Amino acid sequence: MAGYILRRIVATIPVMLVVAVLVFLMLRLTPGDPAAVIAGDNANAEQIAAIRTRLGLDQPIVVQFFIWFGQILRGDFGESFFFKKTVAELIASRLEPTLALSLSTILIAVAVAVPLGVLAAYKQGTLIDRIVMGFSVLGFSVPVFVIGYSLIYLFAIQLNWFPVQGYQRLADGLGGFLARLVLPSLTLSVIYIALIARMTRTSVLDVMGEDYIRTARAKGQVERKVLFNHALRNAAVPIVTVIGFGVALLIGGVVVTESVFTIPGIGRLTVDAVLARDYPTIQAVILLFSFVYVLINLVVDLAYRVFDPRIRY
Amino acid sequence: MSTEPALLTDAAVPAPRPTNLFAGLARDWAVLFGAAVILVMVVLGVGAPFLGTVDPTEINPTFRNRVPGTEQTIRRADGSTATYRHWMGTDSLGRDVYSRVLYGARISLVVGTAAAAISIAIGLVIGLVAGYVRWLDGIVMRFMDGLMAIPAILLALGVVSLFRAGIVSVIIAIVVPEIPRVVRLVRSIVLSVREEPYVEAAIMTGTPTPLLLIRHVLPNTVAPLIVHGTFVCASAILLEAILSFLGVGIPPDTPTWGNIMAEGRGLFRVSPHNIFFPGLCLAFTVLAVNMLGDGLRDRLDPKLAKRM
Repeated sequence: MAGYILRRIVATIPVMLVVAVLVFLMLRLTPGDPAAVIAGDNANAEQIAAIRTRLGLDQPIVVQFFIWFGQILRGDFGESFFFKKTVAELIASRLEPTLALSLSTILIAVAVAVPLGVLAAYKQGTLIDRIVMGFSVLGFSVPVFVIGYSLIYLFAIQLNWFPVQGYQRLADGLGGFLARLVLPSLTLSVIYIALIARMTRTSVLDVMGEDYIRTARAKGQVERKVLFNHALRNAAVPIVTVIGFGVALLIGGVVVTESVFTIPGIGRLTVDAVLARDYPTIQAVILLFSFVYVLINLVVDLAYRVFDPRIRY
Repeated sequence: MSTEPALLTDAAVPAPRPTNLFAGLARDWAVLFGAAVILVMVVLGVGAPFLGTVDPTEINPTFRNRVPGTEQTIRRADGSTATYRHWMGTDSLGRDVYSRVLYGARISLVVGTAAAAISIAIGLVIGLVAGYVRWLDGIVMRFMDGLMAIPAILLALGVVSLFRAGIVSVIIAIVVPEIPRVVRLVRSIVLSVREEPYVEAAIMTGTPTPLLLIRHVLPNTVAPLIVHGTFVCASAILLEAILSFLGVGIPPDTPTWGNIMAEGRGLFRVSPHNIFFPGLCLAFTVLAVNMLGDGLRDRLDPKLAKRM
């Protein structure tokens, strides 16, 4: 088991290395002097010279990569000349809204999608099943910003239940924090619910034909317990896996949702950085999100291998 | 044609289901709905100049932010007047939203089809090579794993940041994240097909590798790739709208659904129609393409259909 965990952790290193090489090459692919590109339009000659020394641009490209990579490993992502801060500070200051939004979305999505999926599987072929599946296809197709603006229109402008846009730090009061989090989280959770509900339904359907389900029913177990204790527990692995893979969708959705609701998080930062061609920030955000994505999938993978006694290596 | 020897025909085997793909598809209401919506969008996009539209980029500062259905009196050059009804209102520059939505359909359809075709073509070549050339396989697939580790929208944002804004850079930005998924699909097909007896037989008889790939391996990839291409098309249409909406896609004066919505953001409280009309078109189109994809998958790729 320890050997497997170690091997699985080691296997993520080449993936992250490829991501790092791609992100590094991104700047070398742009025409022109990388130092001038990083510095942006408003930098003076001195600043450009300083970046040139920092990047080691007189060295061969392989050496340049390792200089850059060494700085990244020490948490030094360089300086954003556009935002006039180090990239590390910039990201740290934007972390809270993104974390709050992502966590509440995952919470809502799992709480809604798993029971929906189980219900659809239990009522397979009925109207309820069709409605849940129809909602799932719809959730994949309706763009995040259309959902977002519809919710704003309905609940913030027409009904006046929630603030229209914006974000309030947790430190400034729980009520305002939660009130501003409801609509963005609901918006973002739709596609995630669609994904998880669909996988839950398939996965539960797969185990419903198993002998232990028949045994549970034969011994007179109530149907709710058959579904949630026997079926769902055995169907959990693909569901947990899809929650992990869905993080990529979630990250993409965060970028859009933060723009719709004017939330000053990392997603909004990414868009601003692209608009300003602020390459150190773009590089750092791509590295960070990819790292989180790979890490979450590693944890998911290890978790069910540790907790599911059937899977042994 | 019952010229086969009796031994080969088995009475117990049920008659094969009708092989006519289109007859089967036409019975599926979801596929019909999908195809109908796509057809409508194509007609709207292609026929935009003839469907009562005006120049979608024409700015009219005296007629801004009008609600849907507002009539405007236009004075022609010869002095006569005509009324024009803005079915979907006007935006904050006084441009006719109806005309912009119709012309916007063109961009979405072009980007969707182009992105699907290009990513399938590139992914197919890389996948065939990776699946067949053993020593390349490891390198190529590690590279693809790395690409897939970057969430698609971020990768697309990274790509657009490298180029000047425009339809070509948007298509490149959409294609890059899709390629690894196509490569994986093709490679897995190649790996399973190369174990088939007819491929081994072809190798035994000395068929050169390129011919082997084209004649025996390629046909096996067609059905799954058509299905996959449909889904790529749907997500490409979405991603283009997202990039334009965020202001990093196609230049804002070009009418695209994403751009119309981006323009409508500032005045969403007073004129929500600038977001709802293009948003509705976008949602319907993507839904239609996805439903068509589901239907095609059930027909063409029963193995995949069972797994989903």
